[in-house]
Amino acid sequence: MIIAVASGKGGTGKTTIATSLALSLALNGSLPILFLDCDVEAPNAHIFLKPELAKKNSVDILIPSVLESKCTLCARCSEVCQFNAIAVLGKKVVVFPQLCHGCGSCMLVCPEHAIEELANNIGVIECGLTAEGILFVRGMLNEGEPMPVPIIRRLKKLISPQKNQIIIIDTSPGASCPVVATVQDADFLILVTEPTPFGLHDLRAAVEISRAMQIPAGVVINRENGDSLELEGYCHHENLPVLMRVPYARKIAEGIARGQPLINIISDYQNQFISLFNQIVAALQLKNE
Amino acid sequence: MKQLVILSGKGGTGKTSICAAFAHLALVGRKPLKIVLVDADVDAANLELVLEIEKQESEKFAGGAVAQCNDDLCTRCGTCVLVCRYEAILTTDDGQITINPFACEGCAACVYQCPTSALSMHQDIVGTSFFSTSNLGPLFHAELRPGQENSGKLVTLIKQKARLYAMDHDYSFILVDGPPGIGCPVISAAALSDLALVVTEPTMAGIHDFQRVVKTITHFHIPIIAVINKFDLFPQGVGKILKLCQELSIKVVGKIPFDSTITEAMRVGKPVTSYQPTSPSSSAIKEVWQKIMKQIGAIEDG
Amino acid sequence: MKVALTVTEPSLDAKIDPRFGRSAFLLLIDTDNDQWEAFTNESINSPSGAGVKTAQFVVDHKVKAVISGDFGPNALRALQSACILLYLYGKCVTGREAIEKFKAGQLQQVNLLDESD
Repeated sequence: MIIAVASGKGGTGKTTIATSLALSLALNGSLPILFLDCDVEAPNAHIFLKPELAKKNSVDILIPSVLESKCTLCARCSEVCQFNAIAVLGKKVVVFPQLCHGCGSCMLVCPEHAIEELANNIGVIECGLTAEGILFVRGMLNEGEPMPVPIIRRLKKLISPQKNQIIIIDTSPGASCPVVATVQDADFLILVTEPTPFGLHDLRAAVEISRAMQIPAGVVINRENGDSLELEGYCHHENLPVLMRVPYARKIAEGIARGQPLINIISDYQNQFISLFNQIVAALQLKNE
Repeated sequence: MKQLVILSGKGGTGKTSICAAFAHLALVGRKPLKIVLVDADVDAANLELVLEIEKQESEKFAGGAVAQCNDDLCTRCGTCVLVCRYEAILTTDDGQITINPFACEGCAACVYQCPTSALSMHQDIVGTSFFSTSNLGPLFHAELRPGQENSGKLVTLIKQKARLYAMDHDYSFILVDGPPGIGCPVISAAALSDLALVVTEPTMAGIHDFQRVVKTITHFHIPIIAVINKFDLFPQGVGKILKLCQELSIKVVGKIPFDSTITEAMRVGKPVTSYQPTSPSSSAIKEVWQKIMKQIGAIEDG
Repeated sequence: MKVALTVTEPSLDAKIDPRFGRSAFLLLIDTDNDQWEAFTNESINSPSGAGVKTAQFVVDHKVKAVISGDFGPNALRALQSACILLYLYGKCVTGREAIEKFKAGQLQQVNLLDESD
């Protein structure tokens, strides 16, 4: 079962919820847990799960490289490139790695077979085990590289359909294509929000993604402070179950700031996360019936 | 013309609240400064929620294209499936080609390899850019339909509109509210800025992402200053950020306390400096703004 | 020699367009005889790499120098590869003003060596 944790707005507590959900399940059950940190621009889950990172693989995009001896400057490569990543300028063919999506189209169309592909490193994937036995995998985009999606795709490929494994995925904020690449094929989407005008505004975008991709969703309200009437109303109207509430508390904020998982700050929350998981299981069973 | 971009790395550090406060302070300051505002967080555009805006113009935005298959021309040879590197092309049980629009990268490799020209690219309207007037100045913002690519391109477009507007109407300052992260939309938001203000929070996650966004902006040769928001949450974190900034020669222009008036101000749709000018956060933000004005002046003098 | 300028309308007296990659129009002028022609910039609609596409247009038209307001990193690299000289508008308001200043050697040249990563 794949559960992705998303939000729309940044800073609502996705990583807080995702990591404590994984920990609660690991401490209270026997099913293997895989945690994927797909927020490859700004991954933070390792702070809370503290894995011993053992393996590192580089993630490369295949960038075209032109063999000048074979190139006739016909510019067919440039014609087909949808991203203007390869151009014939004067007597040279110039490649722009940061615009290149690594699709291979130029290489396929070159009539002289003058294009080969070279690996261009854009980031890394690392994995390791946590003390609780959670298999932790994260991706990190190299600073200065614009495109996170190739790394997210590689992370998702690591999911093999293992029976009874629970996969928890931490996503990046926002609602555009990195989030879509992350949540694709998830069985359930936990949307973490906060009862503020910004939180509600951005939640709508995240809900649209769940509808467009037909992934059932539920909401976790973080930093609740008695002012969530509008938010609750919205959830009710959209048939979005509110699965859990975490109150605003300075003690929690300070603990998170120090890198402590929520269930270490207040251990009672373990039960809440188990209950959250059970609600998701129940919702999915209903869906399948 | 000067441009300041506000970034953070980590989401939720307070960029938008601080940006709105700056816009307010610029207007009510002793020497009012005319500012063009840009909300570059097109996934989650929140700046308008703390301004009183009136939409004046809108323009549809076409993003990248998506492949489509004409079943009448398709011979089901499967070449496209082999060519696609993004697993966006799937075949149904009887071999019919379907394309997953969420996975399609828009590269058109399949189009060029299809032997019967059954595949073609179709551009979709994926968002809208807006020009609005507001109580705090002209605002250029946008909405990207959820799930779409090219947020970087949309950011570039609204920034360019803002630039042209500023030139035509004699504005000397562009203030850009940036998105979280470090990827393409952030790079587009930061482009051509004279100064980047990184809003950081002294949490472990905040510090980790601060380093990444700083490295990214430095890669593009933009000068950086920092402000520490919610500083009283984690005193050791403050020490760590100050040390980092010293090592990286980044000036810390202020510390803003964790203050509920920021959320209260958000609820009534106002910048915090307008809602409660004497709150601890408002006073701190005022000091930061004054320092930034001096810094921008310093850049002007070379 | 042939010089390209980025302008907001297809005329030498039009206001300059500060952006290279996505400028509305490209005006090509031969400084030897002052004959000019304006072209719509097709790169405006590129999902990415507008700077590269515009640079390609400029190269294909055998331009030797470009005057604009800002050059993005890809445009810079593209133009540099083709050995095209780059100049900034500075305070120029119209294309005509920019060309006069260019001829008088008063425009700031972009120092390509500064732009390496």
